[in-house]
Amino acid sequence: MKILWASVLALATFTAQANQAAPLAEDPVVEQRLVHIAEELRCLVCQNESLAGSRADLALDLKREIRQLIKQGKTDQEVRDFLVMRYGDYVLYRPPVKPTTWLLWGGPFVLLAAGLAGLIVFLRKRRPAEAALSPEDQRRAEALLNDEGQNKPLPKGDS
Amino acid sequence: MKRFLIPLALFVVLAVFLGIGLNRDPREVPSPLVGKPAPAFTLPQLDSATPFSPKDMAGKVWLFNVWASWCVSCRQEHPILVDFAKTRLAPLIGLDYKDKNDEARAWLQRYGNPYDFSVVDADGRVGIDYGVYGVPETYVIDKAGTIRFKQIGPVTPEVMQNKIVPLIKELQK
Repeated sequence: MKILWASVLALATFTAQANQAAPLAEDPVVEQRLVHIAEELRCLVCQNESLAGSRADLALDLKREIRQLIKQGKTDQEVRDFLVMRYGDYVLYRPPVKPTTWLLWGGPFVLLAAGLAGLIVFLRKRRPAEAALSPEDQRRAEALLNDEGQNKPLPKGDS
Repeated sequence: MKRFLIPLALFVVLAVFLGIGLNRDPREVPSPLVGKPAPAFTLPQLDSATPFSPKDMAGKVWLFNVWASWCVSCRQEHPILVDFAKTRLAPLIGLDYKDKNDEARAWLQRYGNPYDFSVVDADGRVGIDYGVYGVPETYVIDKAGTIRFKQIGPVTPEVMQNKIVPLIKELQK
């Protein structure tokens, strides 16, 4: 009985492995291109996963479609267009640059430029205020510097 | 006073944007198919061997509903579709998506069949052409065969009353 179970289990694991390995063995060149394309595509069912990494039912179907398109000699771009036509730009992890995505692509640089401009304005405003010492303060500062290390009482300014 | 106003304004803007972001449903992917012609296909019907193509519906406004017996939330929208079918406002055609025929028939027998007929998409290819990624999905297709509306996920009574029914009436004029 035990032997029977062991052989059943062994057979089960064997067939399970064989099932998973089958598509990979089919055509390594097609698989490589499939993975290359699918890594940059979003799985629609499990949205934080790439199509390449997903085992969801729809992802498997879509990979089957992509495999077929590759075999038909379509370019990577044509395969992506196939999916965008059906599911929208949403499937692309790298959204295309077009008027509706200008803010998305340009936004960070606009913010960076605004931040830099703000910083420059801030620094320009601050510098003259700090540099402008009254003649009296200038004298006190020099006195302090000259007295350094001699432990004399500080001269009193009339500020 | 003024030096606090700017950070406060920034905070409010940021909070509003985050609030909008939180209240949007990430599952609702806007479909690029709305406004485009309904993709062509020819599929057998569930109850007869007669093939069906969307072009057979030319000149009619119709509802195309993707369902499956394994789909749990289809049960949620089903009574709404049954009620819709009773009004005879427009033909309702089902796409039985990646299902087994006998299970699909049993499901319709159990919950009622609102469809004029259903077509069988056993391997899900037509589903992919229609951008299906979460059953159920429902399309309103106009007389010229253009998709005018797509509902992703179950049709709620509100969507049916406020969007689909008025749209069908508008398109039928």
